[in-house]
Amino acid sequence: MIIDRRDALKRAGLLALGTAAWSPAALTRALAQGAATQAPRRGGVLTVQLNGEQRVLNPAIRASTGVYVITSKIVEPLVDLDQDGKPAGVLATSWEAAPDGKTVTFRLRQGVTWHDGKPFTSADVQYTAMELWKKYLNYGTQLQLYLDAVDTPDPHTAVFRYSRPMPLNLLLRALCDLGYVAPRHVFEGTNVLENPANTAPIGTGPFKFVSYERGQHVIAERNPNYWREGFPYLDRIVWRFIIDKAAASAALETGQVQLSTYNALALADLDRLKSDPRFTVSSKGLEANAFNNTLEFNTRRKELADVRVRRAIAHAIDVPFFIENFIYGLGKPATGPIPSSSTAFYPDNPPPYAFDPKKAAALLDEAGFKRGAGGTRFSLKLVPIMNGEDVPLLATFIQQSLQAVGIKVDIVNLDTAGALSTVYRDWNFDLATGWHQYRGDPAVSTTVWYRSGSPKGAPWTNQYGWQSDLVDRLTDEAASELDPEKRKALYAQWVKAVNDEIPVWMMTERTFLSATSKRVHGDHNTPRWGSGDWHDAWIEA
Amino acid sequence: MTILLLALRRLAASLPTLLVILAGLFLLLQLAPGDTVDALMAQMGGGDPATAEELRRYYGLDLPAAAQLARYLWRLVQLDLGQSAIYGKPVATVIAERLPVTLLLMGASLTLAFAGGMVLGVVAARRIGQWPDTLISTLGLMFYATPSFWFGLMGIVLFAIHLGWLPAGGFEEVGAGYTGLTRVLDIARHLVLPTLTLALVFLATYLRIMRASMLEVMSLDYVRTARAKGLGETGVIVRHALRNALLPMVTLVGLQAGTMLGGSVVVESVFALPGLGRLAYESVVQRDLNTLLGIVFVSALLVITVNFLVDLIYGRLDPRIAAGR
Repeated sequence: MIIDRRDALKRAGLLALGTAAWSPAALTRALAQGAATQAPRRGGVLTVQLNGEQRVLNPAIRASTGVYVITSKIVEPLVDLDQDGKPAGVLATSWEAAPDGKTVTFRLRQGVTWHDGKPFTSADVQYTAMELWKKYLNYGTQLQLYLDAVDTPDPHTAVFRYSRPMPLNLLLRALCDLGYVAPRHVFEGTNVLENPANTAPIGTGPFKFVSYERGQHVIAERNPNYWREGFPYLDRIVWRFIIDKAAASAALETGQVQLSTYNALALADLDRLKSDPRFTVSSKGLEANAFNNTLEFNTRRKELADVRVRRAIAHAIDVPFFIENFIYGLGKPATGPIPSSSTAFYPDNPPPYAFDPKKAAALLDEAGFKRGAGGTRFSLKLVPIMNGEDVPLLATFIQQSLQAVGIKVDIVNLDTAGALSTVYRDWNFDLATGWHQYRGDPAVSTTVWYRSGSPKGAPWTNQYGWQSDLVDRLTDEAASELDPEKRKALYAQWVKAVNDEIPVWMMTERTFLSATSKRVHGDHNTPRWGSGDWHDAWIEA
Repeated sequence: MTILLLALRRLAASLPTLLVILAGLFLLLQLAPGDTVDALMAQMGGGDPATAEELRRYYGLDLPAAAQLARYLWRLVQLDLGQSAIYGKPVATVIAERLPVTLLLMGASLTLAFAGGMVLGVVAARRIGQWPDTLISTLGLMFYATPSFWFGLMGIVLFAIHLGWLPAGGFEEVGAGYTGLTRVLDIARHLVLPTLTLALVFLATYLRIMRASMLEVMSLDYVRTARAKGLGETGVIVRHALRNALLPMVTLVGLQAGTMLGGSVVVESVFALPGLGRLAYESVVQRDLNTLLGIVFVSALLVITVNFLVDLIYGRLDPRIAAGR
């Protein structure tokens, strides 16, 4: 059944929502905008739509885009990526690593104050690193595993001491996400998990926290004492929780909100808004948060323990077709776990498994799983791990693709919490499909998908009953290799090794999308802008 | 005094039921795979198992299920609903924050549905088999059969996107800082579409019930008597027939009080309203036992209260019921 899904949807009238007529005035405004870059305007309110509510608004103990999209405007990290994707100082101004890689010294910005008026010093960095990043922050705990101490020779110097070499580039890239600094005087001596500042954050950023109405909105307003003179431009930022995706796009089109990021809208609406002159729909400014659709194999199943079967399954699925017809062409076939946007490591190889059902069938025959009664070789249980709306679609597509080569697939539908425990804690699956998110450096959240020895129950890690000495050795060497060139070479070998063995197959490579009103400017100008501080964003009157 | 005694008797009789409901729900959620920490991990995008264990201890999930249940019920006896895992605040506070929105929305919808259903039901019953009856019955069937989210979305498309008369969602204008009457009017504007969306489904039910019960009552002897003594048609309907015809309607409202506090997940999602329906849905997805049980507990109390009130209203409407007590 080959039809262009978009046409089918249009015919079914599903896209009728908001094919609204819009006024000539809007058209002339849109045309005028293209003409000249205006001077930034001070003032105004930017309203952002979010499609989920976090339990905690503290980026020093929770690393997730859902937290950053709000808190990174209020709380600041030591470093962030600049317009060229290079680490640039925020609360740190400069850094140097000792030749043995075991000490990294950060010089801190002077004259910065917390929103409650207290000065920001190295004591805050020391406390946050040792007590929050090392103990509570997901992915931070692994990153800072070998952090022994943070010395503070003076109020504006923090010296990180590691017991094993820490590549400076790895640390800097990771600290963009895992380097948000919390105020020591607010957290020290309290129960960190229950501190009220977790939902009413106090930071040093361009915007001050105002209020958080559960289920409705979060509001932050201009910080008049911000250390960047003359910034921010905006008076306030309002984040509104609109869960229903159709309602969310209606809010965008009626001007109630001006920005929706990290795929908080339905793909169909994003595709439709692309051709609406009032909005920009783009992945620019979100490149740092690349993600993949995965296919994960439980190699405890004897059929899946055979690498030929895993390869056959990869050959049996037409990834380009899926991308074109199910996700509006918003992605490309992946070449491995490291995305092409990660230029420091990307090995630039072709996608390892081209669509080739004949080859798939031959491999399955070779592995000794002949077609039995009714043409079926064996059957597998597939658990979709819900992340985005494309996951169930892909599950169905995998089911149909594998049926063609004689593998029967039963889909087990669970909600996210159920799927995570079923796959990663109970190992009660044959295949699983979800998302892998890349976090700036393979050592942060990517190699754990392949490195053996991950304790039972850790989601998005190697729970596949699969182990490779080569992959383990490459993972460990690359994690503490100080020379960037050598690190890149090690990761190239690593990609080749995991592509050959595929305990997890990275099927697509994608970036998130934002839909932004053209009234918004100074936006999406860094690779992790969605998680940026927005000090230079402004909005037309 | 007798009323107070009656109320207390009622409450005592419903306590075992309440206990069974709470324990049953608790066990039901135990059967669902995954716990609140899994949901949290999903939100965080992963983390290491040590953190997960730490969090399980923090949420009290390291105990066996029986111990967790005992702990919960013991706290309940002290009228403590526990901490909400989603919001890290006492459940009582979280529910109290959501209650006004839900009560406003459901109260307005039920009132509209009750009034509209009553009037339309009476009109249909009076003009049985003629065009008003056919029209009203057809409309009722349509409202009843149409999914409410579709009504809501079409309302948004028409009134918010095309005409721009009403806001597309939300409870009030965020950050506008309205106070007093301006704020009341603002909230009212935001609630027009959700109220209508929710009311239409109820309205369809009520008008069917009202029509049937009017038809039944109008054929009874005492209505004939009323006419025979020379009362006009309006007098007969308002003073005699309506009182008795309203009994099933009142019963239905009593039954729907529970639905009311449960909130409407669909309408709240479509219109981005922070009501209890969404909260209940969130607590299931996030496996937040305390919050869910808290909502059930409060809903159950409300149902008991409302049904008690319904009994009193019965007595007012039909003296025979009061006499039989």
